[in-house]
Amino acid sequence: MPVQTTARLTDSELHERLERTWGHPKGVWGWFSNVHHTAIGIRFMVTAFIFFLLGGILAAVMRTQLAFPENNVLGPDRYNQFFSVHGSTMIFLFAVPMMFQGFGVYLVPLMCGARNIAFPRLNAFSYYIYVGGGLLLWIGLLLNVGVDTGWFSYVPLSGPQFTPGKRADFWAQMITFTEVSALGVAVCIATTILRYRAPGMTLNRMPILLWEKLVVSIAVIFAMPAVMVASSLLLLDRLVGTQFFNPAEGGDVLLYQHLFWFFAHPDVYIIFLPGTSIVSTLVAVYTRRHIFGYTPIVISMIATAFLGFSVWVHHMFATGLPPLGENFFTTATLMIVIPTAAQFFCWLATMWNGKLQFKLPMLWLFGFLFVFLIGGLSGVMLASVPVDLQVHDTYFLIAHLHYVLIGGAVFPMFAGIYHWFPKITGKFLNEALGKIQFWLFFVGFNVTFFTMHFLGLRGMPRRIYTYAPELHWSGLNLLASSGAVFMAVGTLVFLWNVGSSLYGGAIADINPWAAGSLEWGVPSPPPSYNFLYIPTVNGREALWSAVANQPVVTGLRTDIQEMLVTHSLDSEPQYREETAGASIWPFLTAVAVSAAFVGSIFTAWAVPIGAVPVTIALIAWLWPRGSSSTSKRATALEPLAYER
Amino acid sequence: MNGLASAAIKMAGLRGAAWALDPRIEPGRHAALRPAGPESARIEWLYWVIFWICLVVFVLMMIGFARAARISSTSVSDRAILEDPQGDRRSAWGVGIGLGITTLALFVVLVFSIAEGRPIEGVATQNDVTIEVTGHQWWWEVAYPNSEADLRITTANEIHVPVGERIAVVMKSGDVIHSFWAPNITGKRDLIPGYASAISFQVDTPGTYHGQCAEFCGLQHAHMGFSVVAESKREFEAWQRQQLQSAIEPSEPETKRGRQVFLTHACVMCHTIRGTTAASQMGPDLTHVASRNRIAAETLPNTPGALAGWILDPQSIKPGNHMAANALAGDELEALITYLESLK
Amino acid sequence: MNGEKPRSALDVSKLPTVAFGHTNVSLLGNVFYMTIEGTMFAMVIATYLFLRTRSTEWPPGDHMPPALRYGMINAVVFIVSVLPARWIKMRAVEQAREKVQLGLMVLSAFGVVAMVFRVLEFGTLNCRWSDNAYASCLWVVLGLHSGHLITEWIETVTLLAISFTGRMRGMTFADASINSDYWYFVVATALLLDLVIYGTARWF
Repeated sequence: MPVQTTARLTDSELHERLERTWGHPKGVWGWFSNVHHTAIGIRFMVTAFIFFLLGGILAAVMRTQLAFPENNVLGPDRYNQFFSVHGSTMIFLFAVPMMFQGFGVYLVPLMCGARNIAFPRLNAFSYYIYVGGGLLLWIGLLLNVGVDTGWFSYVPLSGPQFTPGKRADFWAQMITFTEVSALGVAVCIATTILRYRAPGMTLNRMPILLWEKLVVSIAVIFAMPAVMVASSLLLLDRLVGTQFFNPAEGGDVLLYQHLFWFFAHPDVYIIFLPGTSIVSTLVAVYTRRHIFGYTPIVISMIATAFLGFSVWVHHMFATGLPPLGENFFTTATLMIVIPTAAQFFCWLATMWNGKLQFKLPMLWLFGFLFVFLIGGLSGVMLASVPVDLQVHDTYFLIAHLHYVLIGGAVFPMFAGIYHWFPKITGKFLNEALGKIQFWLFFVGFNVTFFTMHFLGLRGMPRRIYTYAPELHWSGLNLLASSGAVFMAVGTLVFLWNVGSSLYGGAIADINPWAAGSLEWGVPSPPPSYNFLYIPTVNGREALWSAVANQPVVTGLRTDIQEMLVTHSLDSEPQYREETAGASIWPFLTAVAVSAAFVGSIFTAWAVPIGAVPVTIALIAWLWPRGSSSTSKRATALEPLAYER
Repeated sequence: MNGLASAAIKMAGLRGAAWALDPRIEPGRHAALRPAGPESARIEWLYWVIFWICLVVFVLMMIGFARAARISSTSVSDRAILEDPQGDRRSAWGVGIGLGITTLALFVVLVFSIAEGRPIEGVATQNDVTIEVTGHQWWWEVAYPNSEADLRITTANEIHVPVGERIAVVMKSGDVIHSFWAPNITGKRDLIPGYASAISFQVDTPGTYHGQCAEFCGLQHAHMGFSVVAESKREFEAWQRQQLQSAIEPSEPETKRGRQVFLTHACVMCHTIRGTTAASQMGPDLTHVASRNRIAAETLPNTPGALAGWILDPQSIKPGNHMAANALAGDELEALITYLESLK
Repeated sequence: MNGEKPRSALDVSKLPTVAFGHTNVSLLGNVFYMTIEGTMFAMVIATYLFLRTRSTEWPPGDHMPPALRYGMINAVVFIVSVLPARWIKMRAVEQAREKVQLGLMVLSAFGVVAMVFRVLEFGTLNCRWSDNAYASCLWVVLGLHSGHLITEWIETVTLLAISFTGRMRGMTFADASINSDYWYFVVATALLLDLVIYGTARWF
């Protein structure tokens, strides 16, 4: 129970001590040893955005090639590499790392009221391994041996017989890198949400964003293994002669598709649900009220993630499955619309009975509502097997997927960036430039991708590097390509905005939006220790329900990095844990693991040989620190918590 | 289904989308919304039903959000937190009703989809014509099987069918996954190594319909087209009889010379011309190549100039395809073209 | 803010700094990883069963089913190894360094024995991984588990090494207890995969 006490330290004395204990390590060595979630979170977001730009450049060149029939900007080999790397970059190197890992790693500990994320070294390792995967894919492209079999690389085209060389191996191993990364972050985030929440933040008082990250973490844990198996079996077929996908020796081509889509369909919800939680969070702030339908929204997210595992075969309707099976998956695919519709209605209700304030993030949210709704509705069309049999693998599908992915992730991402930039950097982004960016991007996006619906209905399949003029696709393709110009210019405006705001933007104070979640209770940008005192929470919007003398947590050690572990349901304090401080080993282990992964593409010996430095690095990582951080006195006196 | 209702739906939808569907496209230009037979007609009807449901939903939601934005706008300096339990109680009803309508609409889509799917997906037990299609990188092997071996027709990329009769296409792949798709006729079906697949359709409007491979299959996926020629029963049978014959014996010296060029160069490594010694099945059967409308899997028109360019340097037209360049002297090439153009 | 003003505070300084059992946060992390790896096993087993349904003959061709001997020996080794693992858990709570050390030594020894028999097991699968899809499945299923066995053994040996250094603090004892939990997982998956490898080839 909280009691009235007088703190033994003044706030500035406490700040000094905490800064000494938690301060980010300096120098180059320090940069690679930093395991604090704010640093790693920023790195995830910046790196993911760089990949967004790179993937966008590929798309711009592709649209240039397709603007005119029988164009020769890109030949077939280059074009095939471009579309494969574009898709792989956007899904594996941008969407998940930005929406789940970037926003998650940065915001989750702050929203929980914790000083750092759970398993900070695992979190840092996950970042470096992600970079390794991205480098692998792109170095392949830059050396003109990039993957050229699409972002899902179906067998047998990607198998040993039809794709000699290392192209598909670069892709398959990149999958391993990025999945290990996402799984690591999922474990960190889920543990943080379950066990490091501030006292008083029961499950029922968790911000929606925390619910979403918890749900998505579980989805990652269950989905990613399927694609790891798919890509690993592909690698084995290609490198050591296993026969998993060779029908002549008992293997099966569709097995690959089942394994891949069992992962990849939940993956799109792993990308989309973070978008919805950004929407729920921001709608509440910018309508000055609690979100309507907290419980339905939470249940909707859980239902969406769960049902997301039951629809994967709708990517395979053209393979000639039994009609009963197809009908089941149509039913499941249509059912999954319902929880998302529930969220839409709750957002509408929040706005209807709220006090809407048209700040820049709201513009992006309206853009999301418009764009994602169109994407979702074209998805309803695709759920219908007969219609799907016409538009599957055509530009209609490309239109759909861009509407749901850009609508469902990129628009909320920009809304989130404009909303949280002041917190992360201490500066505001320029609103006028932001509005210019929005309109350029919104108009350009719709011109490009709405047109593609018609191209698909006219018979234009996807993944073709050119087309004949007699097919009557030329005008629409030129129109679609022209929209890309607007999107590119809009993105350049955004980059200008970020650059100029970082150096000359208006200073942001602690809570410019008068928002309710805990990250808005610390300075902008947050200090290295996040909270001077761990807060306690009375309601769903912690700052809105805080009372005048809201209790804070005292008694944590300030000479070591100590965090408060609480109960997963009612967040009652349970024990104090010394968390891992700065360490170079996550980085070095990632280097060793990357070397082993990349080497194994070229020879199977890389696995046993590469395992040696990996093992050494891991042991060094796990080896307990010297007595500077723990005193025997502490060990002897502290009581133990027993299992009940 | 009610013919009037379906016509009305089609008209309304078509008028709405008319600006995007080029009215100058002849019947025969491929488009999913220009059905030439009952299967694609069913799909087209279903498409418009779902389209209108989706459009109504979209418009209602946009109106809702626009109205919410308008009625609740406040000044950005107003920081007080709003609580409106009465409004929220009304909203709860609204959300519930919205979800109910959504579920109902989805159920309608489901029922119609299943109903329209059944006749399309099934393969009729009695078919008037059965065709075997084998997908290769990057051309379509087409055969009309027969219980008597010498009545089996083999051709490539151009499929002839009689109008108004039930056609079955049995499909398999010779290498990687391909997808057989002629949008005017019916939905697509993948050709998957290790699996055999069959679809069934009927074409009611005579014409030539374009099709294209719709599953990425490598370097020349973009140039793996085919066509379906729907003609009267009489024309179809005449075509069949013509295709069954062996290659026309050359009578002119130039044509004879051309055949000689064919038989002494690399052509025989991949191509069959029945009635000669050339019997390789690695590439398309050329016995009646001059009867086809286009060559190189619909990539080029079947003219002497295009054929010459293709034979001399196929890599410049379809880079990466499996046909090598042929170094031929000018007069050799002319003779060869004359011979090939005689193979009607 | 002046630190001398009285404020409402929740004092946690009396809370323990070591936790055993399900309160321990590292155990939660391990449980998540067991879920991940368990799902991977499930996917590989599903792959095996899917391929089984696509064949009429199983094992296909002239293959004999995998020989039972070393699989059964290892099953016994694994089941018995549960005892030292449990002993470690019980002694870890008492923070009895020497007893935990002894337990880790015995567990490591069991690990070595299991690995030796595992190598022999590969040799008597009666097929080579590149023969056909059936053979590929057997090798991958067994190989995946072997990877887990090796990494778990390395972790056990590392804890053993730490126990000799005098750096064994409260939380390290908790880690030893969690290590035993992971060992249980390795044993459970070993038995399950034995069923898949040896059973499917004979009964399904």
